Amino acid sequence: MAAVEIDVKYVAHLARLSLSAGEEQKLGAQLGNILGYIEKLKEVDVSGVEPTAHAFPLVNVTRLDEVRPSLSHEDAMRNAPAQSNGLFIVPKIVE
Amino acid sequence: MDYEPVIGLETHVQLKTKSKMWCGCANAFGAPPNTNVCPVCLGLPGVLPVANEEALRLTALTGLLLNCTVSRHAKFDRKNYFYPDMPKNYQITQYDKPSTMNGSVEFEFGAGMARVRITRAHLEEDVGKNFHFDRTSGVDFNRAGVPLMEIVSEPDLTSADMAYEYLNALKDILVYGGVSDCDMEKGMVRCDVNVSVRPRGRKELGAKIEIKNMNSFSGVRRALEYEIPRQIETLEKGGKLIQSTRRWDDVAAVTEEMRTKEHAHDYRYFPEPDLMPFQPTAAWLQEVSRRVVELPLARKQRFMRDYQLPASDAQTFVWDAALGNYFEGIAKQAKNPKAAANWVINNLRAKLAESGVALGDLKFQPGAILELIELVDSGKISGKIAQDVFAETFATGDAPARIVEKKSLAQVSDTGAIEKFCEQAIMANPGPAADYRAGKMAALNFLKGQVMKLSKGKANPALVGEVLERKLKG
Repeated sequence: MAAVEIDVKYVAHLARLSLSAGEEQKLGAQLGNILGYIEKLKEVDVSGVEPTAHAFPLVNVTRLDEVRPSLSHEDAMRNAPAQSNGLFIVPKIVE
Repeated sequence: MDYEPVIGLETHVQLKTKSKMWCGCANAFGAPPNTNVCPVCLGLPGVLPVANEEALRLTALTGLLLNCTVSRHAKFDRKNYFYPDMPKNYQITQYDKPSTMNGSVEFEFGAGMARVRITRAHLEEDVGKNFHFDRTSGVDFNRAGVPLMEIVSEPDLTSADMAYEYLNALKDILVYGGVSDCDMEKGMVRCDVNVSVRPRGRKELGAKIEIKNMNSFSGVRRALEYEIPRQIETLEKGGKLIQSTRRWDDVAAVTEEMRTKEHAHDYRYFPEPDLMPFQPTAAWLQEVSRRVVELPLARKQRFMRDYQLPASDAQTFVWDAALGNYFEGIAKQAKNPKAAANWVINNLRAKLAESGVALGDLKFQPGAILELIELVDSGKISGKIAQDVFAETFATGDAPARIVEKKSLAQVSDTGAIEKFCEQAIMANPGPAADYRAGKMAALNFLKGQVMKLSKGKANPALVGEVLERKLKG
């Protein structure tokens, strides 16, 4: 099975991961192998099969539009590394 | 060279549901920060979103109101990006299988009608709200996960004014359909603007510039009024435009560049594994279609046609739908619907505003307005007295005819009585009488006023004029 060439630097940037040169090489090879499996799957003739986004034959899973209790504010903020005035405080957002 | 702008709009509208899109937290504006939040809308691990059926209904309803095809197979996808207001690091949206597509909006523009094609209206979720401080930013997730509909237009708009009118027409439709309150102050409608220019007549589009995150319609118009000439000027000076995203600075009234195409986002859309496709049945769609309402424009045209109202009255009844419904309730029996419209718009509306009484809590029967018009038309009371009678009817609920009788307000059309009043007025005001005889016509109005006063407003004004003239000339 042929490994697929993948732009590891770009994918890492999209995932906001900083990788060392060694990691880039190792993960690049691993990802390439995974995509290699996909290439193999592509060989299967699926011309008669309806595409699906799910393995389960399940549709229309919905709920009624009803308000249910939210978390208490204290619980909601419990994992916040920093908070002020009820807000989650994050590094200054610059566009 | 002559350039033409090409404009398309992506309009985001918060849906009018009680709860959020994927969880039971309240969809409510104005709560203290981070109080309408739960593990689902905070993006905590291990949670499962479940679609709000009412949001799906409102999206399908929008599709019907915008002449779209409502898809029998829709699905949700993840749009991946990092931003502090999006705790999951992806937004759930509809990528290639939206709930509705291929529609259009018609609206009045200039002297005629305009039609803008709708590419799609799809369902997604809103994000949190950011607050910016000196060294940090703060995030409130109350808004995160509120159902948000994105309505994408084709690039059919050709001017800033046209974009403005399109947005207003869209808003009117959504408010009418009960899809969204579209309260701009509460940020319920936001807009991304795509605009390019090209030499008039050329087929290919120019470089697309996107202006992000506009939160007012007038802002959209002003941004376009700035951006279109900017692009034309750049091209005329021999410059080149590149596909990019800009931000509108409302204070400085300019757009400024945020990022160019090379830095465009790569959202890596993929199907949302936590949500199943939505395949509405015929029965479900039938139920939604029962919620389709008459569109604002159709209503305006109908009011103009059926009740011979001028455009301004019809528009009033579009904007104030409850008042329009009230008018319609009596207009069908009215001999003169325009007179009924005048009473409803000028008198009833003013009284409602003044007293704070709701239309549903009126003390009198709607027929009272017709009764009042009949009293005026038949000459029983004057227009001025009718105002007083209406005030009384409004306050007490008594029928106008009863009030007229009880307070003996009936107009005096008895020539004998009017002659007496006229003689009195002429005697008491020899100056104006002489002025009139000397050819000063305005003096007659003064004398008329005196007669009306003597009759306590009850004299028939037309008769008074006649009698006065006869007496002064005789």
